[in-house]
Amino acid sequence: MSKFKKQKKALPEISTASLPDIVFMLLFFFMTVTTMRETDLKIKDPQLPTAKSVKMVEDKNLTSTIYIGKAINGDAKVDVIQLNDKIAQVSDVKNFILNARTGKSGDDVLRMSTLFKADKATKLGTLADIKKELRNIDALKISYVAAKESKE
Amino acid sequence: MARRQSPEINAGSMADIAFLLLIFFLVATTMDIDTVIARKLPQKTPPKPKDQQEEFHARNVFEISVNRNNQILIEGKDWYQSESDYPKIKDQLLEFLDNGGGVSNKTKTKCDYCQGGPDKVVSPDNSDHPDKAIVSLKTDRGTSYETFVKVQDVLGQAYTELRNREARRLYNVSFEDLLDEKSKDKDNIEIDEKIEKVKALFPEIISEVEPTGN
Repeated sequence: MSKFKKQKKALPEISTASLPDIVFMLLFFFMTVTTMRETDLKIKDPQLPTAKSVKMVEDKNLTSTIYIGKAINGDAKVDVIQLNDKIAQVSDVKNFILNARTGKSGDDVLRMSTLFKADKATKLGTLADIKKELRNIDALKISYVAAKESKE
Repeated sequence: MARRQSPEINAGSMADIAFLLLIFFLVATTMDIDTVIARKLPQKTPPKPKDQQEEFHARNVFEISVNRNNQILIEGKDWYQSESDYPKIKDQLLEFLDNGGGVSNKTKTKCDYCQGGPDKVVSPDNSDHPDKAIVSLKTDRGTSYETFVKVQDVLGQAYTELRNREARRLYNVSFEDLLDEKSKDKDNIEIDEKIEKVKALFPEIISEVEPTGN
């Protein structure tokens, strides 16, 4: 044993002084390119349709997202909608939008839009019901979220 | 003046703090930015009495119907079903919008910038003027969302193509580049005016009919 101990050489210590710099750089990278995660999905991760004529969402603060899809542990035939963190009914859409409007100036309310994040296989019936609700409360700007398909 | 040398601050834990922050941001954020097709719902108005209802000539309405089997019927005669057919729908739509067979509603003049669509022929079956041309979209409650978005996409592509052409003619940049410029420079009134002007040449008039079925 003593033989081994004697062989141990004093290695020069590796300088970790630049480690914070590296990590901070990574940190700032992630802070700038990412956005806050919205909500936990209570529906099966929606497979978004693809489209070519899409544009970026202009102002994320002025959008409210409605998810449409199949419930994770529910009937695989029925489409459900998710508002904020929970599964909701079409009749809840009204309050959801009115809630989102509180504390916003009149100009901003007009610029607010509703985003639909729906699964490819969703039937249009649910969407039509929601649209009717939105018309009732004058939330007329809507957007269908679609993955960008490259132009050939 | 005597000045005591301050002791060095131990920066060993700096890395730990930064790592902690880094991991927080990795967990709490996502990378993806949503891309959307934006549309506007019509305002809710009480139904007009029969005698005040506007009449639209059939040539000014481009009818798209999608049934519950996701088959697309254009102008009551052409059936489309597969994805490879979408460019054909777009061409038909371009023919329809870019026809310029009559006079405008507002200015009562002919459409001097219309080119008659891809085949450059003005047809009596297509629209009078882009500002009269209405796209009517009929769906069923059983239609799949995917098909619906695809049709909306075809509409968007057709309008964008025509607007690109007009923006190039007037300002030598494409309409999409104008929109890009606007997103970088939000308060530029000049670009806003250009965009509005091009939009007015080919206004998007899409009317969605309440879906059929139950």
